Amino acid sequence: MSFARFQAIVARDLLSFRRNPARSLFPLAFFLIACSLFPLGVGAETNTLRQIAPGVIWVSALLSVVSSLNTIYLNDYIDGSLEQMCIGQRFPIDVVFAKTVVHWLLNGCALLLGAPLIGLMFGMRLHSIEIMSLALLLGTPVLSMFGSLGAALTLGYRSSHVLQLLVILPLCIPVLIFGAGAVSAVDAGLSAQAYLSLLGALFLFSLVTTPIASAAALRSSS
Amino acid sequence: MTSLFRFYTFAAPSRFYALATRSVPWLYALAMMSALIALYVGLLLAPTDVTQGDAYRIIYIHVPAAWMSMVLYLALAGWSVVGWATNAKLAYALSRAIAPTGAAFTVLALWTGALWGKPTWGTWWVWDARLTSELILLFLYLGYLAMVEGADDRQRGERAGALLALVGVVNIPIIYFSVRWWNTLHQGATISMTAAPKMANTMLQGMLLMTVAFWAYAFAVIFARTSRLILEREADSSWVRAFVQSREER
Repeated sequence: MSFARFQAIVARDLLSFRRNPARSLFPLAFFLIACSLFPLGVGAETNTLRQIAPGVIWVSALLSVVSSLNTIYLNDYIDGSLEQMCIGQRFPIDVVFAKTVVHWLLNGCALLLGAPLIGLMFGMRLHSIEIMSLALLLGTPVLSMFGSLGAALTLGYRSSHVLQLLVILPLCIPVLIFGAGAVSAVDAGLSAQAYLSLLGALFLFSLVTTPIASAAALRSSS
Repeated sequence: MTSLFRFYTFAAPSRFYALATRSVPWLYALAMMSALIALYVGLLLAPTDVTQGDAYRIIYIHVPAAWMSMVLYLALAGWSVVGWATNAKLAYALSRAIAPTGAAFTVLALWTGALWGKPTWGTWWVWDARLTSELILLFLYLGYLAMVEGADDRQRGERAGALLALVGVVNIPIIYFSVRWWNTLHQGATISMTAAPKMANTMLQGMLLMTVAFWAYAFAVIFARTSRLILEREADSSWVRAFVQSREER
């Protein structure tokens, strides 16, 4: 556990993304496309769309985050640099934190930019969009942390991609429920406070528990 | 002290193998016997339900299966913790052996629930909190199974699966309460299964007998599967070689 290592890994990973900026647009593009499919599937009735918007946005965010999990550890695992980062550590928590933060910056953050746009296109009211962005701000780090755990667990597996979905999606259900619930509550004229508090609690809980599990998974993968 | 000593005695794969193979037929017999008695009590002795008619009689399968599905996930996670903490081979083998049986009971509970729901509620499925959490439990089982069975390296798969089971069991309360709350927001209390009417004594007896049968069956299958797994992973050890030799001579 060292802050210098954390900083160095974050800087290195962000640099590698800056060298190839197109890659950082993938999650946002996936999110926008996935959301746009729903009106085509269920019809463009404004009331229906407004009603399903929070769910659509959250499910798409979930899928977008989970489909980008192989960017967290896999490349460094294959070329051996992950092992170098973890060397001599029983629990390489700093590596986990660095990788998770970078993943959230490149995925969760990107969704925060795209979600209000989708909200407008689905006819959501401005206040609902605010609450949804707040919920996403609290919820997407949780998705990244669980995602990091799934990515660490599936290192070295063939067809790890499907496996990550299978393993991570059930664990993300509370985030989905509370995240979409916050917006539904606002739409129904209630306060979103309880949902946002629960999302915050979930964030803190996973901040304490998942990095240790991810670190243990990284250890047992090498 | 002796009980602790016995526990570690059977942690040795060879001794566990001997115990398991000897007890499996008895467990199967016990399962058969109590299942037959339970079916007799449940289908013939127990009175017909006032509101649901004879359709309720599926609880003799449904409720014990749902109980088993939950208990077995706890057992799976428990042996995973033991495996992770002590690196005991047997603990990993046990949690691996529990998973398919647990998943099967979960499917059985969901299936019989659907069969029960059709005549009483008029639909095969409602997004009730209990049904939904049972479905999520099935997903957790499937994730564990995929994790363990999908690995090329056995040890890696078992360690990853153990970690996943651990994370899953920690998250189960959170998932359960989130689903319950989601349900109250979206569903409204259309169907309440919590307000169960008082049960006739014979009904309860039938259900408990069936639970005994399911326990015995679960132990039998899990012991049988564990002993196969032990033979597989101890294939190079001297006691397995001696065992195989003695079988060939026979």
